[in-house]
Amino acid sequence: MRQGRTWVFLKRPGIIAHVAVGGPKEKEGPLAQDYHKVYDDVYLGKKSYEEAERQLLIDAVALALRQAQLTRDEIDVFLSGDLLAQNITASFAARSLGRPFLGIHGACSVSMEGLALAASLVDSGYALRVMTGTASHNLAAERTYRYPTEYGAQKPPTAQWTVTGAGVGIVSLEPTPLIIRAATVGRVIDMGLIDPLNMGAAMAPAAFETIMTHLNDLGRTAKDYDLIVTGDLGKIGRNLLLEMLHKESIPFEEERLLDAGLMIYHPEQEVFAGASGTASSATVFYGHLLNQMERGLIDRLMMVATGALMSPTTFQQGESIPTIAHAVTVERMEGS
Amino acid sequence: MKQVSLPEATSYQQMAKTQEEKRSVVTNVLRAFLVGGLISLLGQGLMWMYETFFGFTEKNASNPTVATLVFLSVLLTALGHYDKLGQWAGAGATVPVTGFANTMASTALDFRSEGLVLGVGGNMFKMAGPVIVFGVVSAFIIALIKTIWQLLV
Repeated sequence: MRQGRTWVFLKRPGIIAHVAVGGPKEKEGPLAQDYHKVYDDVYLGKKSYEEAERQLLIDAVALALRQAQLTRDEIDVFLSGDLLAQNITASFAARSLGRPFLGIHGACSVSMEGLALAASLVDSGYALRVMTGTASHNLAAERTYRYPTEYGAQKPPTAQWTVTGAGVGIVSLEPTPLIIRAATVGRVIDMGLIDPLNMGAAMAPAAFETIMTHLNDLGRTAKDYDLIVTGDLGKIGRNLLLEMLHKESIPFEEERLLDAGLMIYHPEQEVFAGASGTASSATVFYGHLLNQMERGLIDRLMMVATGALMSPTTFQQGESIPTIAHAVTVERMEGS
Repeated sequence: MKQVSLPEATSYQQMAKTQEEKRSVVTNVLRAFLVGGLISLLGQGLMWMYETFFGFTEKNASNPTVATLVFLSVLLTALGHYDKLGQWAGAGATVPVTGFANTMASTALDFRSEGLVLGVGGNMFKMAGPVIVFGVVSAFIIALIKTIWQLLV
């Protein structure tokens, strides 16, 4: 059902399995207990970082199937995207899954893009079970978007650290306490910021716009939520989001508006302004946050995954950074 | 429900600027001076060593000196330390010849997964290329100016 720009799901599509896996640095972070699997080697025993990223997603997919006690054939559609050229991580993971596949792209917003689409496919009856997820790898992203991994250039404090990890969920109408209530697909927002080493600032307005649309469409305020969590705004982006909310005098509590990019690492782990990457929102959501919901610590959550949609080519050609944010509300329902 | 609007692009850009954390120029310059200076000091020491013990002259002792510094930089790059040094020391690590060696070694390492010819061979000069291109171009212009000057004076 459409409510303004927001999709409201009436048949209670839910998340029946959720998995997060993390790399060696993530294992040292405060969410260590929330990963279903962690790796000590950044290569995961593979020959390249691209192959390692792929393995993160393949492993998360396998773990999700095991958790839901499903075979591969019981997944109707796999929705996935990533940060590497041509969505290779998603496509190659789909190759080993061997099920119908739709590659999606939204940079780091892809986790919620996938979840929103999964919920709508299940709610409308086109699919019984949809698997969705994404992976990113710090060093694969570094060499794709920035400099060679061992290059000694100095990064500014506004830079962010791409998460090595993957997050996967399975959506269906089967009984689960984790119900997907509504989703808002974001508009592309471009405030004219050009610094690719300060993406949090570029993405904050997109997060602001999507959060406000989601709340207004549902007739709610921020106070109706136990938590609103953005994907990877980092310190600077989050501060800017808070500033915009204050300027518009939106009532909210700062400690209930968090950023996944600030939850993954300890401050002394030196990640500049915070974490980023498709796995930033995906690992925190499919790991920590859904674990907390299952334990009854969160009843209503809005997850807002943010993405910067530029490429190294557009940056070199002097273009600004278009950004996007997608929001999904998940609610805990006892006995459903 | 209250209708909210996004801030104007220009006012948002101003707002974003105030949130940006600035790097301390003084600390950065001091670190660059310290590390860049130490690398140069090491180079000078190596030069004396090659002159005193290996029979090089002041003119050609720079050749083994540069080779040694390049070797050390490549070694540190391969062991995963040079990028950390670069983050700490900034220009102090990138400007000396060791920084140039690091750009080439790090690119070669990165593209090893794409094979020796198209990977390492095809990309090794990707980062170092601009330095060489503009080095040659500026040397040409300076030589041109010098030649014209000598013809006129």
